[in-house]
Amino acid sequence: MASDFDHESIAELQRKQPAFRGLDAGHMACPGCGQALGARLVTEAIGPDVIIANATGCLEVFTSAWPRSSWRVPWIHSLFENAPAVASGIEAALKVQGRPTKVVALGGDGGTFDIGLQALSGMLERNHNVLYVCFDNEAYMNTGVQRSSSTPHAAMTTTSPRGKQRMGKRHLKKDLLSIIGAHHIPYAATATVAYPSDLRAKVRRGLEIEGAAFVLVHSPCPLGWDHDGALSIEVARLAVQTGLFPLIEMERGTVVSAMHIRSVRPVVDYLKLQGRFRHLFEDAPEAREELQHLQQIANHNLELYALRSDQPEALDSESADTARRGGLRWS
Amino acid sequence: MIDAIEGSAAVARAVALCRPQVIAAYPITPQTHIVENLAQLIADGKLRCEMVSVESEFSAASVVLGAAASGARAYTASAAQGILLMTEVLYNIAGLRIPLVLTCANRAIGAPVSAWNDQQDSMAMRDAGWIQLYCADNQEAVDTTIQAYRIAERSELPVMVCMDGFTLTHTLEPIDLPTQEQVDSFLPPYRFKRALDPLSPITIGNLVTPEYYSEARYVHHHALLRARAEIAAADQDWARISGRTCGGLVSVDGPEDARVGILSIGSVMGTLYDARDEFPDLGAVKLIKLRSMRPFPAEELQGVCAGLSELIVLERALSPGGGGIVGAEVRAALCEMEPAPRIHNFAAGLGGRDMPLKIYPALLEAAKAPQATRFAILDVDLTKVAEEDR
Repeated sequence: MASDFDHESIAELQRKQPAFRGLDAGHMACPGCGQALGARLVTEAIGPDVIIANATGCLEVFTSAWPRSSWRVPWIHSLFENAPAVASGIEAALKVQGRPTKVVALGGDGGTFDIGLQALSGMLERNHNVLYVCFDNEAYMNTGVQRSSSTPHAAMTTTSPRGKQRMGKRHLKKDLLSIIGAHHIPYAATATVAYPSDLRAKVRRGLEIEGAAFVLVHSPCPLGWDHDGALSIEVARLAVQTGLFPLIEMERGTVVSAMHIRSVRPVVDYLKLQGRFRHLFEDAPEAREELQHLQQIANHNLELYALRSDQPEALDSESADTARRGGLRWS
Repeated sequence: MIDAIEGSAAVARAVALCRPQVIAAYPITPQTHIVENLAQLIADGKLRCEMVSVESEFSAASVVLGAAASGARAYTASAAQGILLMTEVLYNIAGLRIPLVLTCANRAIGAPVSAWNDQQDSMAMRDAGWIQLYCADNQEAVDTTIQAYRIAERSELPVMVCMDGFTLTHTLEPIDLPTQEQVDSFLPPYRFKRALDPLSPITIGNLVTPEYYSEARYVHHHALLRARAEIAAADQDWARISGRTCGGLVSVDGPEDARVGILSIGSVMGTLYDARDEFPDLGAVKLIKLRSMRPFPAEELQGVCAGLSELIVLERALSPGGGGIVGAEVRAALCEMEPAPRIHNFAAGLGGRDMPLKIYPALLEAAKAPQATRFAILDVDLTKVAEEDR
């Protein structure tokens, strides 16, 4: 079957890769959408020689309204909970056909942490040569901001509201990366739209590796998190600098690297920018207790992944993607 | 060459002759033997194919969706609860117009839990937008599987080949397996013009607003209607190569002047043919085999029912609170006929209950009633039912 596909032309496409944009302009995402930025960065890093399987969610909806499409790469959307299985089928087909094309699955936290977790686990266990990228905006944004298992503790959503007897979500954010790690796949990482060079490097790493790879991309949602769309990058960066969203890499289930934080910020710096945590700043004992709790979660991450560092590094939380400070940019 | 082969093994061999490139399945009785046989063919190097052993039927259907969308000929099989778990994906495969073939080893749906044959599973999927073909015996299962790939790929529609679980899947019958050359001459290599390919990137599975949704459904509906010609042509063309026909969309067997007909679907046809020979004194009876449930061959059915005064519809599933599923469709298709036969609708053989030869005189007797039976379960034993439930 290999003769059906023109490898020379694919090589030509790959030479154009740095200028290539898999997700084009004109889509319908909200201003400041972290997922739209994330998808653009991810597809730029992948290049044109890819087939994408996309789970149902915001990304699917704002890019594919018939008769238009923002995708410049072959792209298929089937259902909410089966993107990993569709990607497995694509990979199996390419293997039989002898095509070297990469396979990438994209989903949100609803499709990944919750309804699609079984299919994802199957894909990872079978170690398909697929890169799965989850854009984590910590709630079901597409359907109107309902809590997911990725929603942080105490955050308000439309199904975990603040009320007389509730302080937002009662449960912890699911530690998905540990679950992914337990599959002992070759590569898994967390990344964020606030550090594009780090994100691109991790996507490329995931693609280069033979076998299943997973990248979790923290993606602010101005609508659901209730922050100014102009502050999306700032909010995402603070999630890292407070220790609430550690940037780590895993190989075969073992943590092999973490982005160090030179000056750790208190969690209130991150929380106060977002309306979903507004109730934590009320003058009430339960609000103070929740703030303390979130700080303890951040402290736990700082210890667990040894995130603190006194020495400036080119790719620490203050230098990465900041040319002004002498860090690496657009690596 | 004719061999005595178990139904599941015969279907596996037929699938292998179609040169599938990706197979994905999850085990469920009574389908399991089919994929076990395929796994053995792959393990023995007799079939070059990627076999994906998934973690659920939902993923099995999703894997073959992705594979067929990427230009690979794909196959899956399931039954009962497995078919129901696939439901959302089956609708999606059809809506995306992805050609692939699925064998449904028909089995009852729980609760109450049952591992045995009836056709509730595939009947529950009749509105999914798939072509549905029912097999009367294992030779038909073999021939229909081969035809199904050509029908699917020419019409860009998925095909569900339905064969009664255990009654067919676990039964040894003499089977004439075609040669590879015969199948190759009938079934060209799979070429999907909408295949996912970086050199001509397309978007599959768009969001469709109310502005376009009705048109999408119209196109899908008409593709199924047009597939009637494809199903009939595939059967005729395969008959030229193999010397065997499966009866196209619907077929009839019996004397021209018979005024009584029995219509059924699946393996019970064999029982009815034998019973008619067993009870020759019961008069002339046409036996009508409905092979294609979707697309539903309404006009062809009117043709084969012309001249009948009594039509008995016997089926192995029901719509609780409604009645017979096939019966309702047959009634709707024949209501414009002038004169139309009286229609008597019975379910029997549910959850694996045997359908003995004596069902034939019982059906003919029931059709003599002054009032036609709108719907009844023929072989229900009310002594097993609590008094208040009778």
